[in-house]
Amino acid sequence: MHKVKVYITLKEGVLDPQGKAVQNSLHALEYDNVADVRVGKYMEVLLNDEGNLDAQVDEMCDRLLANPVIEDYSYMIEEVS
Amino acid sequence: MKFAVLVFPGSNCDRDMYFAVKDSLGEEAELVWYQDDVDLTDYDALLLPGGFSYGDYLRSGAIASTSGILRQIIKAADEGKPVLGVCNGFQVLLEAGLLPGAMLPNRDLKFMCHFEELVVENNQSMFTRQYAPNERISLPIAHGDGNYFCDEATYERLQANQQIAFTYAANPNGSVGDIAGILNEQGNVLGMMPHPERAVEQLLGNEDGLRLFQSIVTYWRDHYAINA
Repeated sequence: MHKVKVYITLKEGVLDPQGKAVQNSLHALEYDNVADVRVGKYMEVLLNDEGNLDAQVDEMCDRLLANPVIEDYSYMIEEVS
Repeated sequence: MKFAVLVFPGSNCDRDMYFAVKDSLGEEAELVWYQDDVDLTDYDALLLPGGFSYGDYLRSGAIASTSGILRQIIKAADEGKPVLGVCNGFQVLLEAGLLPGAMLPNRDLKFMCHFEELVVENNQSMFTRQYAPNERISLPIAHGDGNYFCDEATYERLQANQQIAFTYAANPNGSVGDIAGILNEQGNVLGMMPHPERAVEQLLGNEDGLRLFQSIVTYWRDHYAINA
């Protein structure tokens, strides 16, 4: 069995109003060196070992987990017992 | 003419849509639960209502776009049947790939619920033929994720093909090109954030939304119902 750690981030150039709100709050807490914040998503998917896992995860991300119009994704696959 | 109003878990404008068609428009309407064993070829037009299907999990409309009934909706759209998605219905059509682009949270992160002035950019479509060119109309909006986004190439294609049906006169949410509603390339699928079904009689504020439904009916009568 493998655990897939999927990171979804907004594409560069796509405005992130939520990230901007978080950035403003960090400034309110006087973290003046915060230059930018982008809010994304993190998911863990457990997969039984069947077939090509990389190809499957790519397909899952393209079809559902990320929206390719506005989001990029990356992932790491780890073996779990 | 027979309309199907598709109902997903979390839809909440389904009954508004149903009564707009049945009472204000005076045509047949049926509520269709997404899991029902139905044949959508029995209906002349498909309406995807607003709401929060599946609690907007993952992204607005994303989970509903994977449900089995979407395969029938895609088939109907391919065959040229009128398909209208309002608000969450628009988001479902985007996630299903029936319309280009995606929705982002409103620029100011606020859920907005008020009347907005719209410009009818394309009055030649089966959904907008009862409006005058560039007519200003007023429809209610009610959304948190209505900030339409697409890349520049897609926006240019939308413009070139007259796929922009409605724009906001004063952009409330940050949408690319002030877009409030878009058509697919064939012109038989319309997605829009404003709610025409909430403006179908004077008691509700105005009747500007009713003409959208009347457009579908007149188009359908012209093309399919020779004896009507």
